[in-house]
Amino acid sequence: MKLAVCVKEVPETSARTRIDPGTLRLDRSGPAALNPFDAHALEEALRIKERTGDGEVVAIMMAPARGAESLRKALAIGADRAVHVTDEALAGSDLVATARALAKAVEREQPDLVLLGQQGGDSDGAVLWSALADLLRLPVVSQAASLELADGKATVKRQTEYGYDVIEAPLPAVVAVSDAINEPRYPSLKGIMGAKKKPFDTVDAAGLGLAADEVGESGARTEVRSLADPPSRGDSVRIEDDGSAAEKVVEYLAERKLL
Amino acid sequence: MKAVVFLEDHEGELVKGSLGVLSKAASLEGDVAAVVAGSGVREIAGQAGRYGAARVYAADDPALAAPLPQPRVDVLAKLLGDQGFDTVLFGASVLSADVAAGLAARLGAGLNWDLVDLQLRDGELVGTRPALQDSVYAEVGWNGEPRLALVRSGTFEPVETGGEAEVEELAVELEDFSTKAVMVERAHAESEGPSIEEADVIVAGGRGLGEPEKFALLEELAKALGGAVAATRAVVDAGWYPYATQVGQTGKTVAPKLYVACGISGAIQHKVGMQGSGTIVAINKDPNAPIFEYADVGVVGDLHQIVPKLTELVKERRG
Repeated sequence: MKLAVCVKEVPETSARTRIDPGTLRLDRSGPAALNPFDAHALEEALRIKERTGDGEVVAIMMAPARGAESLRKALAIGADRAVHVTDEALAGSDLVATARALAKAVEREQPDLVLLGQQGGDSDGAVLWSALADLLRLPVVSQAASLELADGKATVKRQTEYGYDVIEAPLPAVVAVSDAINEPRYPSLKGIMGAKKKPFDTVDAAGLGLAADEVGESGARTEVRSLADPPSRGDSVRIEDDGSAAEKVVEYLAERKLL
Repeated sequence: MKAVVFLEDHEGELVKGSLGVLSKAASLEGDVAAVVAGSGVREIAGQAGRYGAARVYAADDPALAAPLPQPRVDVLAKLLGDQGFDTVLFGASVLSADVAAGLAARLGAGLNWDLVDLQLRDGELVGTRPALQDSVYAEVGWNGEPRLALVRSGTFEPVETGGEAEVEELAVELEDFSTKAVMVERAHAESEGPSIEEADVIVAGGRGLGEPEKFALLEELAKALGGAVAATRAVVDAGWYPYATQVGQTGKTVAPKLYVACGISGAIQHKVGMQGSGTIVAINKDPNAPIFEYADVGVVGDLHQIVPKLTELVKERRG
């Protein structure tokens, strides 16, 4: 069983992120990390591999050169192999341009299952899997709260606005997992040391057979035009708990007759 | 603008969120049609006229009975090819998001998502897209057509303007891979569990509780405040608390006078379900939790310490 996990790099959650007013793109110069939502997809792949006793987990990331560090973290956590799709020409890719590049990288691997996390921790985008599946012409199931594989089929329980559905899809398939599907493991020291010896493949746009006008800014069909402040939501109070937070909250609520 | 709005149906009704997007589209300059794809939807398709659609395309086929995205991508791709719409609008939902992204890939089109406003300026469509936990609002556009837009759930209310729509049936032709995923069990509204929509006070818990047993802390606080307990999708999915109590995009939308969020990071999917609350108090140990961006009172600290104290103090005060 070959499992491909699409991962991305995002600014660290503790970092103050901003959009560069010049390029109107996310400023990625600060500390970065593996997208926390993708850790659940990777964890699910590792569990499938462990359950079935054989298999290969390939982590695929499209990111600038510096993303290699986060991709190595996927290896340290347990992926067997990494594919880093990186090229200046990919900068400024929108949803479809990104999906095109990832689809080419996934196609090279011919996996039985493609896993994704439920959203980008930076963009809050939660749509990539469906675009990817369409380009790969594979069945797709999103929001997987649980995933079982048997008899060449993926069985997914997913939450929608109305409760839980159960969906079956024959492999190969694309599945996006919810962040409740599992508790991701942390890399062990042994894993971190071992990651350095694992295969790490770097490929550019031309290497994937992508034309210049398919990806990056020239392939993108959406654009950010300008930035503005959000509507004001009035004053807010911040309390750092020193043991008296409960009293302060009760005072606040009493003043506003909410008790 | 020659726009078509994708309408979702559920249990014989057109879904409110998508009708809201239709109303918004109809308020802009241009021709607005709607499309509905399902099984037995021909009868309800015409209702879209009341919300401003001049024409409704109905793809009515048993193969579209399950609310799965890929067959709907096929229907829309064919419609776009035949009718040349320059704009396709969706109201965000689990289904619509997947349909929109699949269609974008199929057509090589631009999709802007999570929009909270749409405007036409000299024929050019402009969207408003909150970013970075809604701390900045980006104005987004498209280069090339069709322009695909996914509107944040709950953004636009349906407005009945009382028109009539012409209904046109679409022939359904599906791709081989589009019918491979099948629904073996369909969601049924789970009626078990308390109702949270009517509560004046809601105490809600998320992953930060650490374990399901800790909901007891919230139940005690809710009891002291005379309110109900709610939960986030993550903990409902994990089986900690019933689905009926879930607040957020795929759960309930609530607007109590007081909302106390405990151990909830406050992702957009949660925010859209509770941002209409009167006063929002958030308790979280992570000072960077997005919920602090929109809480009226943000408490950085350990909820396991603070919540029991809060319960005691509220009890004292309320006698």
